[in-house]
Amino acid sequence: MADGARTRTLIHLPDKPQRGVPFEVRTTIAHPMENGLRSDGYGNVVPRSIITRFECRVGERAAFAADLYPAIAANPYLAFWLRLDGPATLTFEWLGDNGFAHRETRAVDPA
Amino acid sequence: MSTRRHLLGGGSAWLLLRALPAAAVSTITLEAAVQQWAGGKPVRTGRVTLDVAPLVENGNTVPISVRVDSPMTAADHVQEIVVFNEKNPQRDVVRLYFTPACGRAEAATRIRLATSQQLVALARLSDGSQWAQYVNVLVTLAACIES
Repeated sequence: MADGARTRTLIHLPDKPQRGVPFEVRTTIAHPMENGLRSDGYGNVVPRSIITRFECRVGERAAFAADLYPAIAANPYLAFWLRLDGPATLTFEWLGDNGFAHRETRAVDPA
Repeated sequence: MSTRRHLLGGGSAWLLLRALPAAAVSTITLEAAVQQWAGGKPVRTGRVTLDVAPLVENGNTVPISVRVDSPMTAADHVQEIVVFNEKNPQRDVVRLYFTPACGRAEAATRIRLATSQQLVALARLSDGSQWAQYVNVLVTLAACIES
């Protein structure tokens, strides 16, 4: 499951962010969020495999983070806000069970 | 109508309930989870808003959003908003960590709800104050243990 390269993500940023004005960031990552409570239909419990952590950094600085639990729906969606004072590289990182790790970066240049 | 398939399906769901690993099922109550999070400091009602539909058709994906009106400056900002539930196998739903770089203390996600129950959003501000909002949700199709 640590196959970061083939993991699909959607990151939505505004077309024209403005300096000092908070804008919404919406993220989704394709992941089953297997909660470890379901049966496979043959009486076996499907082992837990979830994303446990999301982090967003502006440059090197942590800006937003979240701890996720099995109560988060499949294909975890997280929307939050950022306020930037200038151009920056945003780093999005998802970490999870069984060594799952996926990272995306986006450059933003607020007007 | 009760077909063989229904009987088998119902039976395996019941067996699964009986066979859940102890570690996966939280035994603490919602209030205990809130107390643990609060760390002995007072929690007042207000400031934080938890938005969720009062009637949910499908517990597998329930949109929620949380927010606190805050200037989000270095001196006055929201540090953390957490959501707990009452009747899922675990009390924790999500923990969100904010910084002044967020500009707004607001976030949204989609969650699972095992049954009709109470949710609570708790916020911790940089001045140390702690706030809560409880919400009741009716769920018609449950999540979590169905295959």
